[in-house]
Amino acid sequence: MSKKDTVGKTIRVALALCIVCSVLVSAAAVILKPAQQANVKEDRQRNILAAAGLLEPGVPVSEQFANITARAVNMDTGEFTDAVDPQAFDQVQAAKDPSRSSPLGSEQDTAKIGRRENVGVVYIVGDADQPETVIIPVRGAGLWGQMYGFLALESDIQTVVGIGFYEHKETPGLGGEVDNPRWKSLWPGKLAYRDGEVAIEVIKGSVDRESSTAAYKVDGLSGATLTTRGVNNLVQFWLGDNGYGPFLSSLKAGEA
Amino acid sequence: MSEMKKTLTDPIFNNNPIGLQILGICSALAVTTSMSVSLVMCIALTTVVAFSNLTIALIRNQIPNNIRIIVQMTVIASLVIVVDQVLKAVAYEISKQLSVFVGLIITNCIVMGRAEAFAMKNPPFESFVDGLGNGLGYSVVLLTVGFIRELFGAGTLFGVEVLPLVTEGGWYNPNGLLLLSPSAFFIIGLLIWALRAWKTEQVEEPEFKLASHVVAREGA
Repeated sequence: MSKKDTVGKTIRVALALCIVCSVLVSAAAVILKPAQQANVKEDRQRNILAAAGLLEPGVPVSEQFANITARAVNMDTGEFTDAVDPQAFDQVQAAKDPSRSSPLGSEQDTAKIGRRENVGVVYIVGDADQPETVIIPVRGAGLWGQMYGFLALESDIQTVVGIGFYEHKETPGLGGEVDNPRWKSLWPGKLAYRDGEVAIEVIKGSVDRESSTAAYKVDGLSGATLTTRGVNNLVQFWLGDNGYGPFLSSLKAGEA
Repeated sequence: MSEMKKTLTDPIFNNNPIGLQILGICSALAVTTSMSVSLVMCIALTTVVAFSNLTIALIRNQIPNNIRIIVQMTVIASLVIVVDQVLKAVAYEISKQLSVFVGLIITNCIVMGRAEAFAMKNPPFESFVDGLGNGLGYSVVLLTVGFIRELFGAGTLFGVEVLPLVTEGGWYNPNGLLLLSPSAFFIIGLLIWALRAWKTEQVEEPEFKLASHVVAREGA
């Protein structure tokens, strides 16, 4: 047995290596943490702005976001709540926690999200009492996995301002076209509700522009029927009674 | 000096880690849908191989033989975590696209292979150069694959439009297959074929020869 293969030497080398490596790794993690958190926050803000169609390239994101307030909303009553800090609140995480979410029956769970959180976050552009735009987070099952995005509505809680997904696993070139700016440009101006019911839908194929309901319909993605259906379901779910429906209607009535 | 140059340039074509040794294929399939992501992956991997080789070569005379693999793994894993943290801090968008694949550099056979095969037996500087060389060899393949996939799959290079797409009002109808993982297999296969047609000494001896057909003779 050579000198470096003794038990004592083995333990000493292993210990020394572990200490050096752990110091290196933890130092990197601690030193870089502020920059990482700033990145995560900026990325989220950029997604919100992009969904609302407010993102201006070249202007710092935090500056553009100054006009936007995050508020927490009780999903059942539709009223603002101060139960959580909307800045730090992780809505997707809350939906996984049984004490902070409620299960959805298969009838209600059209977006296939399993559980819905009791408190959600909304982003309000402009004055809280006289909002210009309201942005709600949306999510639901696509073809390969959950899709996460934002939907923005004008202050009339009727006209769509924009939609955007910041995370999805759809097939590039087919379902992945949910990111295509040309497809997203079909959304602004569409109408969400008719007679108090969610009416907006994403249809298979293209919309007949002559029809009277054309304003409630969005072209589907060609070659991506299941993704199209997923987007349709999740938009209807989050605008509906189990989603932000109660909040949006009370906001429209000016009572939130 | 020429020895050093050989250590650096050999892995690029003569002894390419992907082309000849067929290592590191998994990440080559996953991250080559766009040039910018491929480039960052190349930089990350080259950094990790070079520095893991350097570190292991520095302590190679201290490493007890019976725990050498785990020592190499610890060094590599620490470096990968540091690289991942740095990416999250300075290139967040791209680190999101690379997702788990930066973490998976730990299990990339190229890194471990060079540590065990080269750095354990050679001085630090040579090992560092060997790491750089292998990183470059990996990068050449990755960037070539990324170039083909992004150009013909999405009509862009580094996100800049090169071929105007039909869906954007242009003339180029993109090949969607190129954005899916199997296409990288085909491209890497074709690259290996091209490489071996150029450098015929890389062609492996067949492990066995098929016996020629025996025609049954009448009356036998």
